[in-house]
Amino acid sequence: MTGQMTDRPEPVFAAPWHAQVFALTVHLNESGLFAWPDWAERFGAGLKARGLAKELDGGEDYFSVWLEVLEGYLAELGQAEPAEVERFRAAWEAAYLATPHGEPVHLQASA
Amino acid sequence: MVRFMPHDHHHDHRHGAEDHAHALLPPDPALRVKALETILTAKGVIDPAALDVIIDTYETKIGPRNGAEVVARAWADPDFHARLMEDATPVVADLGFFGRQGEHIVAVENTAEVHNMVVCTLCSCYPWPLLGIPPAWYKSDAYRSRAVREPRKVLADFGVTLPEGKAVRVWDSTAEIRYLVIPERPAGTEGWDVERLAALVTRDSMIGTGLARVPEDAA
Repeated sequence: MTGQMTDRPEPVFAAPWHAQVFALTVHLNESGLFAWPDWAERFGAGLKARGLAKELDGGEDYFSVWLEVLEGYLAELGQAEPAEVERFRAAWEAAYLATPHGEPVHLQASA
Repeated sequence: MVRFMPHDHHHDHRHGAEDHAHALLPPDPALRVKALETILTAKGVIDPAALDVIIDTYETKIGPRNGAEVVARAWADPDFHARLMEDATPVVADLGFFGRQGEHIVAVENTAEVHNMVVCTLCSCYPWPLLGIPPAWYKSDAYRSRAVREPRKVLADFGVTLPEGKAVRVWDSTAEIRYLVIPERPAGTEGWDVERLAALVTRDSMIGTGLARVPEDAA
């Protein structure tokens, strides 16, 4: 049989937000906000720092570090201040909690 | 008032008393990613539609089949093989497999004397255009630290035992250079076309933690 994979395919991303944070980083790089080696250097340092505290298994914890490093980098670049991120995170949480199940969730900007 | 549409509809199921009354609350990191997207979209730094295109590309269009095609062509076509080994980046770009981050692709070939294996000890640099998103084990601390220190033991964990005397060469990827292992062509595949050969090339064989399938297993 040709062209057939007998390997069981693995999910590409284990959770939707893994894909979102990955795509966001790739997009920011492609739009010129930062060079990939600069990102990789920070991410590598972040993994190393977290890996000292506990062994990372390459799954959820890997993308948790990814997100943490991206948040730090965006703050450093003046693109997203931590307080602003927290404000919008809370706004999204409130929006989910206020939206009846099954309906699309909209964020109502407080500004 | 500004309204933002969420990008995904897969929400974390939480089973609590108040469940189903409202939209399912995504996990905290998902909300933080949404917060970043909201801020950067409002500033015009990102285009939400571009994010969806990137996700779609990685989920459906990019995967180890790309790399398998490259390996199969290298096996079947001596001229392609020579060009690939000399400078893989333009050769794979000709097939439509571009490094999005401008990285160089280097092909390293397994022979009777040497087995190549790839790791990224820094983070998870990986030839995305050829292999897609790396598996969790490639990103794990265990693999990243052990691949260099004890590659034969790691190979044994993957069920690969190499003949005594075969050297193992471990390549540490960087943000600039990504490696593609060209596994040894299995015996009994003389005269096979590219499509048939590509079916023997597994993802792990292109990372070096596996070997190409033998024809009997692929049948």
